[in-house]
Amino acid sequence: MSVQQVTLEPVARSRAMPAARRPVAGPSAVRGLRGFVLGKPLGAFGAVLILLFLVLAAGAQWLAPYPYDIGTAADRLQWPSLAHPFGTDANGRDLLSRVIWGARVSVTIGFGAVLISTVIACVVGIGSGYFGGWIDLLVQRVVDVWISFPALVLLVSLVAIVGPGLWSTTLVLGILLAPGTARVVRSAVLGMRHQPYVESARCVGAGHWRIVRRYVLPNVSAAILVLATTQLGAAILAESTLSFLGYGVPPPFPTWGAMLSGTGRAYMLQSPWLSIWPGLAISAAVFGFNMLGDALRDVLDPRLRGR
Amino acid sequence: MSRYLIRRLVLLVPTLLGVSIVVFVLVRLLPGDAVSLQLQDAKATAADEAALRAQLGLDRPVVLQYFDWLGNLLRGDLGHSFRSHQPITTELANRIPVTAELGVLALIIAAFLATIVGIISAVRQDTWADYTGRSVAIGLLAIPGFWLGTLVVTLPSVWWHWTPPLQYARLTVDPIKNLSIVIVPAVILGLGLSGGLMRLIRTQMLEVLRQDFIRTATAKGLTENATIVRHALKNAFIPALTVLGLQVALLVSGTVVLESIFVLPGMGRYLLEAVQSRDYPAIQGLNLLFATVIVLTNLVVDLLYGWLDPRVRYT
Repeated sequence: MSVQQVTLEPVARSRAMPAARRPVAGPSAVRGLRGFVLGKPLGAFGAVLILLFLVLAAGAQWLAPYPYDIGTAADRLQWPSLAHPFGTDANGRDLLSRVIWGARVSVTIGFGAVLISTVIACVVGIGSGYFGGWIDLLVQRVVDVWISFPALVLLVSLVAIVGPGLWSTTLVLGILLAPGTARVVRSAVLGMRHQPYVESARCVGAGHWRIVRRYVLPNVSAAILVLATTQLGAAILAESTLSFLGYGVPPPFPTWGAMLSGTGRAYMLQSPWLSIWPGLAISAAVFGFNMLGDALRDVLDPRLRGR
Repeated sequence: MSRYLIRRLVLLVPTLLGVSIVVFVLVRLLPGDAVSLQLQDAKATAADEAALRAQLGLDRPVVLQYFDWLGNLLRGDLGHSFRSHQPITTELANRIPVTAELGVLALIIAAFLATIVGIISAVRQDTWADYTGRSVAIGLLAIPGFWLGTLVVTLPSVWWHWTPPLQYARLTVDPIKNLSIVIVPAVILGLGLSGGLMRLIRTQMLEVLRQDFIRTATAKGLTENATIVRHALKNAFIPALTVLGLQVALLVSGTVVLESIFVLPGMGRYLLEAVQSRDYPAIQGLNLLFATVIVLTNLVVDLLYGWLDPRVRYT
């Protein structure tokens, strides 16, 4: 299980750099995209994978050939065939359809959790770094506690409290992923607090809110975007681990992690494909986000490389 | 340096206090409290319930309960398990070696693999060896440990009718049997940890290999091996160490999952059982222990960092 706690050096003063290395004709967006694909083939591959999962998640009700929760006893544990390309499970449910519906759970929780975590991290990180002083000291001690908890332990306890479900899992994961990003945002903001452009903004009478919105946020946005992309992979991994342990979205809704969990294990001995497809789906999704995150980091924030 | 150490040690106190408060409150927020869960099968009256509540000390105000627990904690007493009625310290003492063995083995495997693949990848940059190494690292980052564990438990038994041994034996009783059991989850856990480490060592090696002192070492006639091991690796390894500290948090989570797949009687599985049965003192003790290990590892890593690299100044 890996909710990664990323601790990074202060960065984020860098500006977005164009990806295109050689001049290509066309509008700048197309040129940028083409430069990205040529310069970062793995990143582009990751993006394609993510796009695929997004389409599957959004269109599950049209793309899945069978319903995810209804099976026929006659079809129990079928080998992969033309009718059921991924085979069927112990309840005769089509595995391909369940993997497709599982994408919806993973993508929803992944994006939701990262959104929550990014918002919390920005509020905490910018507040702590911008105001500094005793606020910073106090907030950082809270972040210390937050970071010191073993992730999975906290997840299991929190989900048990809130009760398992799509939104509670999302919320809990979001809270859990936040401190790592908050640290990065804080150190970036701390570094730019006394930069001339912030001071001059203050001199002309800009309020805190305006300074944060116009001068601080744009300068940390690249780092935040890169971290968020990598965290999406971590969130999906954590969600599937949680489901695997039985603390995720409850059945009959299909999640990739739960498909691999204990109850299915007995049947996996007779029908190994039960253990293959959901795992492949998790790995492919996490792989996609990691690759895209790496490529984005190289393009947007080269100083984070190797971290 | 000593001032730095003292400050870090002092900062540990509020952190761990914070952890203890959060755990204490979290546990009491769990739905379905310990008393009703223990009495659900018996025909218990309200009086029985009140008696049990008083016996477990749960009738007192929560703030007092916390200070009782904290006071006992400082005397090295973590309370008694609601379920087995054994002292938590005894329960933990039985389980710590299992998890520690798994974790240490996994770390060794991860560091070993990551160093070798990382070096080869950096020294033979942009060759097929590099591409293979990097692909493997990226793949390892994406494959969930519980999936790998599940595959190892199921697939070999389908193909060759071989299952990994699941009957646990203690290291002190039967070392060979113990190792043959623990090595499989340790390798899986180690593989999961090694991906990130491999990538880090590779980039660090690449950076170090371009430095002037490496050229000097080569110019004075050192063999490639000596240059890499004696000059480059030492310098590349320092940043990797900080990541190793962060990995401990991942390691803890990993042991929970793998212990439950491979039925190891360690702390990770104990935690899942404790949450299930609302064994408050057990959950509190485990969380505090895990958090202490994580915090202390990070402190040790930071101190080691300065010792290995004298250029780092503590302020």
